[in-house]
Amino acid sequence: MNVTVTLNGAPVTDDVTPDTTLYEFLRAHGCKSVKCGCETTNCGLCTVWLDDAPVLSCAVLAVRADGRSVTTLEGLQDQSARLARCLAEQGAEQCGFCSPGLVMNVLAFERELAGRVPADEEIRRFLAGNLCRCTGYMSQMRAIKRYLGCPDPGAWPGAAGASGPAAAGTAARPAPVPVAPAKEVPTHER
Amino acid sequence: MSANDKHSAPVCSRAPLTKPAAAHAYANEAWPATSSFELAQQITPELAQVSHPVVKKDAYALLAGKPLYTDDLAPSDALVMKILRSPHAHARIRAIDTARALRVPGVVAVFTHEDVPHTRFTLAGQSNPEASPYDRLILDEVVRYVGDEVAFVVAETKRAAERALRLIRVDYEVLPAVLDFTQAKDNPVVVHGEEGYEVKAGWINNERLRNICAQGGSASGDLDAAFAQAEVVIDRTYHTKACAQAMMETFQSYAYVDVHGRIVCVSSTQVPFHIRRQIATALEIAPSQVRVVKPRIGGGFGAKQTGCAETFVAFAAQRLGRPVKVVYTREETMTASNSRHEMQMHVRLGAKRDGTIVAIDLDTLSNTGAYGEHGPTTVGLSGHKSLPLYGRALATRFAFTVVYTNTMPAGAYRGYGATQGLFALESAVNELADTLAMDPCELRVRNLTREGELMPQYDNQVLYSTTLERCLRRAQEMIGWNEKPLVRDMGDKVRALGVSLAMQGSCILNVDIGSVDLRLEEGGFYVLSIGATDMGTGCDTILAQFAAEALECPVERVVVHGVDTDVSPYDTGSYASSTTYITGAATLKAAEQLRGQMAETAAGWWGVDAADVRFDGERVFVPAVRADGTVDAEAAPAHEMALAAFANKCVSGGRGDALTAHAAQWSEFSPPPFMAGIAEVDVDKATGKVDVVDYVGVVDCGTVVNTNLARVQAEGGIVQGIGMALTEDVQYDERGRMRTRSFMSYKLPCRQDVPSVRVDFVPSYEKTGPLGAKSIGEVVINTPSPAIASAVAHATGHYVRTLPITPEKALFGEEG
Ligand code: FES
Ligand code: FES
Repeated sequence: MNVTVTLNGAPVTDDVTPDTTLYEFLRAHGCKSVKCGCETTNCGLCTVWLDDAPVLSCAVLAVRADGRSVTTLEGLQDQSARLARCLAEQGAEQCGFCSPGLVMNVLAFERELAGRVPADEEIRRFLAGNLCRCTGYMSQMRAIKRYLGCPDPGAWPGAAGASGPAAAGTAARPAPVPVAPAKEVPTHER
Repeated sequence: MSANDKHSAPVCSRAPLTKPAAAHAYANEAWPATSSFELAQQITPELAQVSHPVVKKDAYALLAGKPLYTDDLAPSDALVMKILRSPHAHARIRAIDTARALRVPGVVAVFTHEDVPHTRFTLAGQSNPEASPYDRLILDEVVRYVGDEVAFVVAETKRAAERALRLIRVDYEVLPAVLDFTQAKDNPVVVHGEEGYEVKAGWINNERLRNICAQGGSASGDLDAAFAQAEVVIDRTYHTKACAQAMMETFQSYAYVDVHGRIVCVSSTQVPFHIRRQIATALEIAPSQVRVVKPRIGGGFGAKQTGCAETFVAFAAQRLGRPVKVVYTREETMTASNSRHEMQMHVRLGAKRDGTIVAIDLDTLSNTGAYGEHGPTTVGLSGHKSLPLYGRALATRFAFTVVYTNTMPAGAYRGYGATQGLFALESAVNELADTLAMDPCELRVRNLTREGELMPQYDNQVLYSTTLERCLRRAQEMIGWNEKPLVRDMGDKVRALGVSLAMQGSCILNVDIGSVDLRLEEGGFYVLSIGATDMGTGCDTILAQFAAEALECPVERVVVHGVDTDVSPYDTGSYASSTTYITGAATLKAAEQLRGQMAETAAGWWGVDAADVRFDGERVFVPAVRADGTVDAEAAPAHEMALAAFANKCVSGGRGDALTAHAAQWSEFSPPPFMAGIAEVDVDKATGKVDVVDYVGVVDCGTVVNTNLARVQAEGGIVQGIGMALTEDVQYDERGRMRTRSFMSYKLPCRQDVPSVRVDFVPSYEKTGPLGAKSIGEVVINTPSPAIASAVAHATGHYVRTLPITPEKALFGEEG
């Protein structure tokens, strides 16, 4: 079947079998940023935009994209730069395999917010489908909150007031970690 | 030379070039008068590159989604391999009919056990001779678990390969299977009765005809006498399940034959040098005929310390002379690769009424599944990396048995047995505290191994550095331990606290090797060539930080290259938490050597003594000297050359040679990193659902080399540990088919499950480590299971001793 999509702004036409997923189609057309982690719509790694809405490309048939526009991270190199910087400064990409899908979804979220500052739980809910096995999500959360202008993004390298070695910028050394004095511990209720 | 000499020895006997401040400071050390904590306070602030939040070298490329991983790089004309897998837990293949599969358009070949060489090998990525038995063939006539490989289809397209898979007809003689690992020993069903099976390491005491892959133990002190002194004995059995490493990138590899007829395998692996040996052994070719390349890896956590698919594509590429790639599906990664070893641990813990632990007896039964990868070695950590926490006990004993069953083979997974052993031991300690109505933190403080004490169950090593007590105090402070009761009624929920300690190692002592090459290049930058594999952990960046520290330059001036077995210096690989400790030390050594060479070279040009040559990172110079012989820092130097000019002269007329240093490191020490973790959980009174509302972890990993990456490692490890504690459980049906085949049925924590994980560090300074560093990669996964189990017990009164802690178990207890 012939499929024509506007891929990152340029028309692409190909003859595909009916069972070809959008994920397969995109990889075959050089969009290697699109990753597959599960095939069962659980991981979010394959997130791309279909007509500007985030979709899981492993669960969309390529033929469904016919006549529509598809955006991958390859097409958002400039738009994603500031978010990338926030993530990098937190070390929030460990293996990085989940990063493209996350970036796509955060940028989609940002557009949906239209300048509104979201609550933590709202961020977690929107991004719940983006699994990451490496980072434990906290660094991503700090980075995303900073990116979206949320108050109190948490420990930031070099940020004044942050505690612990993660606050160690090149200029300011961290204060020694305070240690609680060994004092009498109240008997706990049982 | 002992590992710590490198910090007290001069950089180069003839060239007292400026060294990292830490090296000086340590030369004056007076341990144990100065504690490792105090040393860290003195030394770490002087470091310029190490102990900073340096951004990962590959960060921006990864975040831009550049094509960097194995499947991104595979040639577009690579043939695609798909694998037919056994539907039976145990069967012999009578016949395979591949004729119809071969007729599918696009199918190039179908391989069966009749086509492969007959030399057995192990897929465990371990140093030679491997502790894991040689119990594998590329394809075997006997299949030993549901998912075991039966045949390979190689085709032009994935579609063609998948069609052909369905057309292969296999005639199986189904054999009885042993699925329950507690019944495996001396079971009439023998998993490995075949010819050609080989044990390479005698110490594992293999008795395969009894399904025993390995057995052994260790003891210190008089156990019976110690138990005779005990006023309380906690006698319990704990059970940890198989868990999937579940790295986001599945197993993927491709191979081709190069211009010289050699096999080149590009793979997402943690152990390229071991993969080279595996491929050579499996294909019965010389190791010189194999080259292994590791690109970026999408996570490993130990899973990729086993060579799941490399030998398959190497074999097919060799036979076909064309590039062949395999990309495992998630289902294959779940059902046909490797997992954590399921373990059952019997603990007897003897103590005085005042909480003094006097005796510990630990007996571990481990399930290695159908093949023995990492079976003999993981089990050891269940004892050797748990018991030393309480090394003051009068006596300890550790015994272990590792059995084969017809389930998916286990392998390496972050924590590598220590995670399992610590769940058992730390749970028992929590039960002891509850039995004695003692605060579990205070009970631990009373019993902790102190700095300078011997650890009998840890190769009799001395504990040089620990801040574990401070870590625990800091964790208490962070969670508000002293202000909160252990359990609180919140209405619909009960909120409770639980605590655990953990340790790990920093390498496999006397086994792990890390080596690096370091070159000064034209223009004045450095190339650091490493064999250690960055699997997302950032070791490329961390090693560059070490080099930059010693060469007094920004990290950007150090280019890191790895890993290609033809080019990179030998490294055992990234496992056993060893990269920072071992390869980091090698990097420091190489940098020190390079400085020595630079001094020698400059001295030759200038006709001075190399001992007088200085290097401050930017320029090589000989300072002016006053009449009395003292250095005059104010005056213009007697000789001076900027680094770039110096480098350019080296590679052009001056020397005609780039300066290259090579250094290797191995270690007689494996200093344990430590951690304290405290969980605050809510248990729903109606449903039993357990939510971890807050988790604090405080780590002593020695010097924190990269403060950002260490924090993320810790946060990530904790969340994996929370998954293991609450939801992750590899399950089988009664016929040995895995039930948990995808992320639908195998629940990883998502970000809504872990609203708050908070991490801090209390660094010690480990005198045998590079600039005081130990390790962090694995220790961080160990505390959640025991801490959460204890919190749940405080909330509900039910001690869950078989993971995971499901709502039913939390609410009704394990007996229901
Ligand atoms: S691959 Fe599409 S959601 Fe996982
Ligand atoms: S960084 Fe590895 S999965 Fe997210």
